[in-house]
Amino acid sequence: MIAELGLAALWLAAALAVLQLIGALFGARHDGNELAALVRPAAVLQGLLCAVSFLALVYAFAVTDLSVKLVAANSHSVKPLAFKLSGAWANHEGSMLLWITVMAFAGGLIAFIERRLPERTMMATLGTQAFVGIGFYLFILLSSNPFERLSPVPPEGNGLNPLLQDMGVSFHPPTLYIGYVGLSVAFSFALGALLTRQVTPEFARVMRPWVLGSWIFLTIGITAGSYWAYYELGWGGWWFWDPVENASLMPWLAATALLHSASVLAARDALRTWTIMLGVVAFSMSMVGTFLVRSGILTSVHAFAVDPERGSFILMLLALYIGGALVIFALRANTIAEGERFSVLSREGALVVNNVALTAILGIVLLGTLYPLLTEAFDVRVSVGPPYFDPVSAIFFLPMLAIMAVGPLLRWRKDSFDRIKVPVLIIALVTVAVFALVLVLADVSFLSLMGMAMSIGVAIASFMPLRGRSIRRVPLAVWGMCIAHFGVALALFGVAADTAFQKERLVAASPGDTVEVGPWEAKLASISPVAGPNWTAMQGDIFVSYMGGPPTETFPQARSFWAPQGETSEVALVTRWNGQLYVALGNRAEDGRWQLRLWWKPFVTWIWYGGLLIALGGAMALIGRVIGDVRRRHATARGEERRAEEAGLLPEPAE
Amino acid sequence: MKRLRYTLWIIVGFAAALFGLFAYQLSQPKDEFVESAMVGQPMPEFDLPPAVAERPGLSRVDLADGQPKLLNVFASWCVPCAAEAPQLDALERSGANIVGVAIRDRPEDLERFLAIYGNPFSRIGRDDISEVQLAIGSSGVPETFVIDGSGTITYQHIGDIREGDVPTLLDELQKAGS
Amino acid sequence: MRFLLPILAAFFLVQPASAQDRMPPAPYAYTQLEDPALEDQARELMHTLRCLKCQSQSIADSDAPMAGDMRHQVRTRIAAGESPAEVREWLISRYGDYVSYEPQVSSTTWPLFAIPVVLILLAAGVLLRRVGRRDEPEAGEGEGA
Repeated sequence: MIAELGLAALWLAAALAVLQLIGALFGARHDGNELAALVRPAAVLQGLLCAVSFLALVYAFAVTDLSVKLVAANSHSVKPLAFKLSGAWANHEGSMLLWITVMAFAGGLIAFIERRLPERTMMATLGTQAFVGIGFYLFILLSSNPFERLSPVPPEGNGLNPLLQDMGVSFHPPTLYIGYVGLSVAFSFALGALLTRQVTPEFARVMRPWVLGSWIFLTIGITAGSYWAYYELGWGGWWFWDPVENASLMPWLAATALLHSASVLAARDALRTWTIMLGVVAFSMSMVGTFLVRSGILTSVHAFAVDPERGSFILMLLALYIGGALVIFALRANTIAEGERFSVLSREGALVVNNVALTAILGIVLLGTLYPLLTEAFDVRVSVGPPYFDPVSAIFFLPMLAIMAVGPLLRWRKDSFDRIKVPVLIIALVTVAVFALVLVLADVSFLSLMGMAMSIGVAIASFMPLRGRSIRRVPLAVWGMCIAHFGVALALFGVAADTAFQKERLVAASPGDTVEVGPWEAKLASISPVAGPNWTAMQGDIFVSYMGGPPTETFPQARSFWAPQGETSEVALVTRWNGQLYVALGNRAEDGRWQLRLWWKPFVTWIWYGGLLIALGGAMALIGRVIGDVRRRHATARGEERRAEEAGLLPEPAE
Repeated sequence: MKRLRYTLWIIVGFAAALFGLFAYQLSQPKDEFVESAMVGQPMPEFDLPPAVAERPGLSRVDLADGQPKLLNVFASWCVPCAAEAPQLDALERSGANIVGVAIRDRPEDLERFLAIYGNPFSRIGRDDISEVQLAIGSSGVPETFVIDGSGTITYQHIGDIREGDVPTLLDELQKAGS
Repeated sequence: MRFLLPILAAFFLVQPASAQDRMPPAPYAYTQLEDPALEDQARELMHTLRCLKCQSQSIADSDAPMAGDMRHQVRTRIAAGESPAEVREWLISRYGDYVSYEPQVSSTTWPLFAIPVVLILLAAGVLLRRVGRRDEPEAGEGEGA
């Protein structure tokens, strides 16, 4: 019953999306069309229906309703409840339902609360949102129905890939999805503004919280995913420039650029076309990413039965929405009047450099990710990996960091170098000093060296904008910027320091043996079997001590799952402020000794702290902006009331 | 303004090209095979001990004795290797001289495997660290190489041998012999 | 962040438990070289070589037996005095460019290097145009960025 309810809700939601599109088509043409009155309620109701549908699927997973095909294929009755729930979205159909749910929900939300833009622009926006939604409804209902029944009902489900039975990975795909799909709102706003020729600072202000929100989720998603790969895969790597990772990085890069250009548009009414362009590109990158992951054309995986029908469907949606948006953009861009002008040495000037650099990095990631696909068309197979991405993206990343340090100090419109001379000199001196110091003291690669020096420079620079201001009067959004920029510095320092100074130790050890890695000493006390709900494991009991300090007991495990079968490595992590000790237990060697893999990773945790700070900064900026908007709205409302009262006092009250 | 418009249409063109590439790749069967770059090259120097008692080991010299051969890279733990056993038998009956390289295999497992699925091999070399496999650019099991009489690799077949592949391999063997 | 790969795996049902050999790993699969300088060279190289049996992982990040055997080859060859570039060349001569994550400039890979140069020129062009316009009040707005 519940599954049918979910399916019915989804069909209804799809029908409402059609209604919303029709209403919006009329509403966007003429103000005050009757059908247009239906658009907002349709959007809201559609969001609620999708939520019902999604909850129905989650319920089916929670009770392990094996008559639903998707549950039987991906779940198992003895799995812990949390992983049963996460099983709802850890598969193609469920994740597409999550996608459309987030999209419909976001659409409902803007329909419900957003009244600042001209009504025709809003209609065009909601129409676009519905139009994009319809494609995804069709996709789910026609080729990926998550509620399909199975007959006869199997006695037990297939289970979930053991690698996915982990809290981190359970809750990070939804995070990433909210980010991906949230960008659809930016896309719709951009097209709405373009279609009705209303590319105004007000439009940027309305769009910005949505971009910020998506960007925060993307940041958290990428950070969490990176940490998951780090501790779950058992080899201590945190970023591989893998196609699927790049698929999540590209929307983030575009959203970051969009965020900054929207600020310029909101504050200074400049970069109009550019902002619209980025709005289109950001969501395009979300869709391209989804396509690459779903169609399986990029990952070289042997065992996957990739479904070409699904791939073609997403590709059609891609071509329709992205291609359509770009064509409209090319036709319309000329009709948008140019924005305000500004000098090079200004906040806008710095933000333009930032945007150019981010876009160039995006281009390189896109190139490196898709290039193997291109050569494969000519029967040549190549691999593009870290040795390519690291230096080539650094060409743009390092100058961008320099601008990031200086830009926030500049004033809008026009500034002079004399005014910011002192802070810039301080930043430059510190950077050069760190560079020289590391160069003399340690033998590290050029990129790590630059990374360390510039991260410290940026860390200091990130709080320079607060200089000379009364701390309590600084707006929340500025705090947000400072903290996010500081987060970038922190993450970069972690990356550079771990790359330059990590220590690796691979040994075969028997109980009683002591192993040294960097400043750590690890003593293997014993190895014994343990059992969990759906796995068994060998568990090491290891005492580790830092520079001869008091020992800490750790328990790395090598787990074997039986439904479905698979092995994972549960590493033991000992965290200090200045890094992490990483201990993984491997196989038993023939002579009875055990493989141990140990890494001392200086400052590696700063990478994820940095990521979280970036998200936190974004959240502070978002809250600051929303509070500002609400205040402004109240002020306008009060002003209008007062005006109405004053107006009401003079003439005769209307009968 | 005009320049801007051209730029924008270039972007549209770029997107169209991208979608075209995606569409083309979607329509292509996805093969994950990594082809060896050693086809056409002489076999590298190697000398493997025998993998089982009843067959001698394998070295480079054995492959350059003037007679073309099939070199089958296999293992007892590999499921498709069992699946291709009838085809290997058929090839042997058609007169092919087949030599084997057993990858990461224990003699007792291999004995059992050969007892069940038959032993079409004239020699089986024991490669416990995939050294020969890596040296000839093979990226998995099973793979079958055609080696001509002078010890040069002339053809590579990736994956298990299906019935339809038998004539192709015999053909390649013939070509290598002439 | 190989995180989406297993999710992708889950989309298409679960992979069959692959057959595994029962042999011990090659001597240098999980053992470091004595000489730390050589081991550093080997480690750096291994991070840039592709595991042929895995889902786009380097041989330094994989538990696959073949990755272990490749690590053994890399370490023994480095220990025998070969340079990392020679070992990479040896593998490329077996498996083609696919095995190396570090693309070399060649007739098939030149766009990988040409396009970033074009990007640099484009970026520099866009920015220089803006600098050049500093004194021209008539100049336009940064649309082309």
